[in-house]
Amino acid sequence: MTGSILFEAIAFLAGAIICVPLAKRLGLSAVLGYLLAGILIGPYVLGFVGEEGDEILHFAEFGVVMMLFLIGLEIDPARFWRMRKTVVGMGGLQVAGTMLLGYLLFSWLGYDWEVSVAIAMAVALSSTAIALQSLKEKGHFDTTYGSASFSILLFQDIIVILMLAVMPLLSPGGETVATENHAETLNLLENLPTWLRGLAIIGSVVLVVAGGRYLIVPTLRWVATWNMRELLTASALLIVLGISFLMELVGLSPALGAFLGGVVLANSEFRHELESTLEPFKELLLGLFFMAVGASVNFIVIAADPLGIGTIVVAVIVVKAIVLFGVAAAFGLKMDDRLLLTVGLAQIGEFAFVLLSFAFQLNILSQEQLDIMLVVTAVSMTMTPILGIINERLLLPNIATKEKEERPTDEFTATHKVILVGFGHFGSTVGRFLRAHGVEATILDYDSNRVDLLRRMGFEVYYGDATRIDLLESAGIAEADLLICTVGSPDTTLALVRKVRKHYPALEVMVRARNRYDATDLLNDGIENVYRETLDTSVKLASDALNKFGFRKYTLYRHAQQFVRLDEESLRRLAVQPRHEDEYVFRVREEIAQQESLLEADRRRKPFTEDTHWNSELRALLED
Amino acid sequence: MPKILLLFAHPRYEQSRTNHALLRGVGELAEVTFHDLYEAYPEFDIDVAYEKKLLLEHDVIVWHHPFYWYSCPPLLKQWIDVVLEFNWAYGPKGNALADKTCLQVITTGGGSEVYCSAGRNNYSINTFLRPFEQTARLCGMRYLPPYAVTGTHKLTDEELRQHADEYHRILISLRENASVADLKDCEFQDDIPPQLTIS
Repeated sequence: MTGSILFEAIAFLAGAIICVPLAKRLGLSAVLGYLLAGILIGPYVLGFVGEEGDEILHFAEFGVVMMLFLIGLEIDPARFWRMRKTVVGMGGLQVAGTMLLGYLLFSWLGYDWEVSVAIAMAVALSSTAIALQSLKEKGHFDTTYGSASFSILLFQDIIVILMLAVMPLLSPGGETVATENHAETLNLLENLPTWLRGLAIIGSVVLVVAGGRYLIVPTLRWVATWNMRELLTASALLIVLGISFLMELVGLSPALGAFLGGVVLANSEFRHELESTLEPFKELLLGLFFMAVGASVNFIVIAADPLGIGTIVVAVIVVKAIVLFGVAAAFGLKMDDRLLLTVGLAQIGEFAFVLLSFAFQLNILSQEQLDIMLVVTAVSMTMTPILGIINERLLLPNIATKEKEERPTDEFTATHKVILVGFGHFGSTVGRFLRAHGVEATILDYDSNRVDLLRRMGFEVYYGDATRIDLLESAGIAEADLLICTVGSPDTTLALVRKVRKHYPALEVMVRARNRYDATDLLNDGIENVYRETLDTSVKLASDALNKFGFRKYTLYRHAQQFVRLDEESLRRLAVQPRHEDEYVFRVREEIAQQESLLEADRRRKPFTEDTHWNSELRALLED
Repeated sequence: MPKILLLFAHPRYEQSRTNHALLRGVGELAEVTFHDLYEAYPEFDIDVAYEKKLLLEHDVIVWHHPFYWYSCPPLLKQWIDVVLEFNWAYGPKGNALADKTCLQVITTGGGSEVYCSAGRNNYSINTFLRPFEQTARLCGMRYLPPYAVTGTHKLTDEELRQHADEYHRILISLRENASVADLKDCEFQDDIPPQLTIS
């Protein structure tokens, strides 16, 4: 059945389309759906995909790389720097603790010490892909346990480099068995002396950081001037692939490199654009990755010794859970955070595949030990979503709710989140006035030169097409209190407004309208806050003109307010009418006539003269 | 020679015959600065720094306004509220206006006869103006008896011209400084004391 690439692609896509919605319908996470799809189409159930699982796994790891790039984009360097203590502290404690307990466990199970150490290293690592994807799916990334989980995972990503470096020291003979797997990783530096390798590694990290700032951003700006979406998509993919290639070249983790690249670009105006461009790729590749993990669960190995495998899986998860729970407690996390963190990270991660295969090549592990550990890894990953469900449905409601933190009362300290679309002459005035009141808007604009200029002037401006809901989402529309659209084109405004109303009907929207006709369309669309750019300014000009003829400013000011109010009212009255051309024109004339008569009546009435007679006996005498 | 700052607050000046008559030519008087508050600040955004600078440059402050609802129009109240700052105009360190002279000039629709215990308004104009008097006092200013033009709608052109002359004479004598003492003797300034003439 297998063989054709096309057929395999169909199997993967169909598996995902069937299993993921099914999992979602059952209230399970999408990750579990993918894993089940992988098992289903894998060699041991339906057999749609075969031994190529490994290759697919390798390819799909780009999903993890992209995910870390995207996570990097959300963490600007300053925040990254603030995290350093948690990363080293929690991560270090977790890795050391798990390695110690893991070593004891496997020694006790009767493995040699070298084997136990190698396996303990693999066991200490958790799955970035599964843990972070679950966090993202639940929207828990910015919670206490979310950032703690991320810190630990980040440390693991860094420490894995060291693990790969010391692994050869455990090798009994040092002689390398057939390097089928290892040869794939093109490592230029293998034959260099250690100090030179170190230098190359540092050099490449510097290259990523400097390149991000001085090469990638200018290139993106240049690409953006061509106004072709697909070029930006290509650039985004090029960045991720380029960094990955460079990292593999010097033997670093591509995921770590991508994360660094992301952090460097987090402050650039292309952040949201890159996010929304790469998001679909990441999702697809991660899905593929999870399916490949599912497909790699070797049921023959399990069938040979189900009890033994089961015991190891449970033991490993328990060991990891004990350490994670202890670390979380040591760092002062609340009970429910502790449980969520523990369950989220208690699996063996995808790095284990790499570490274990490497250990096998170095003759540390036997084929049998490798097979068992690969199965244990895959099963433990598959168990994570299931354990998560048990935790959320059974443990948390009964144990943790008592410790639930009370909501902080000073909600006012929360920032006012405003998304300002368009930063031309109109939008910049809006933005400056908001800023003068300490309200910083997230600004989106589609003119890369302007974005560049404004960023240099210290505004937080991002480049992108705001009518794309995914871009608005990466700009934080879900948490926004207000969206202000100052785009000149009525078509763009209408498209944007309709999308926003469809996806976020509760979000308050304020829009600029060029004139009476645009305003009518927007009002008809149900927008309450419509601002005509041609109204207030022209009335102001007329007032100033009249002042030059001797009309009093205060009187003109009041009349102008009255005029604007009447005009707004008439516009709103008109807007509710269905817009048949003829009828509309007729009604416009009628309204203008009405406005004229109102103003005329106002002039005749002399609404203020009454007051000048205040408290006098002769009210009618004044007319002079 | 003392300088006079005439702060004029009238939201509907264009419709006031009386005030047009009173103010005709006032802007041309030497040492008198005519400051039309409603024209300067139609949107009530008073430039406090500028107002303070003006106050410091003058020795006599005139509050000239129609007497609406036993008080001043809102912009003058706003002016008092925002310009007369703590520790500038009053308070332990507030002595910027100390020893300046303050004169209030009002126009009323009702005649003087309605501003007494037997009249419709029960109290005298002086009584109604107590808050202003105390405001000036708190700032260390000499508050002169107010000058009021009453029953404005019944005034004939001739009477109105006489009032305008009186008003100008008061301003000039304030400028000449010599007659402040005389003005102080007046109890209620609907009529100007006969001894006060242009020198």
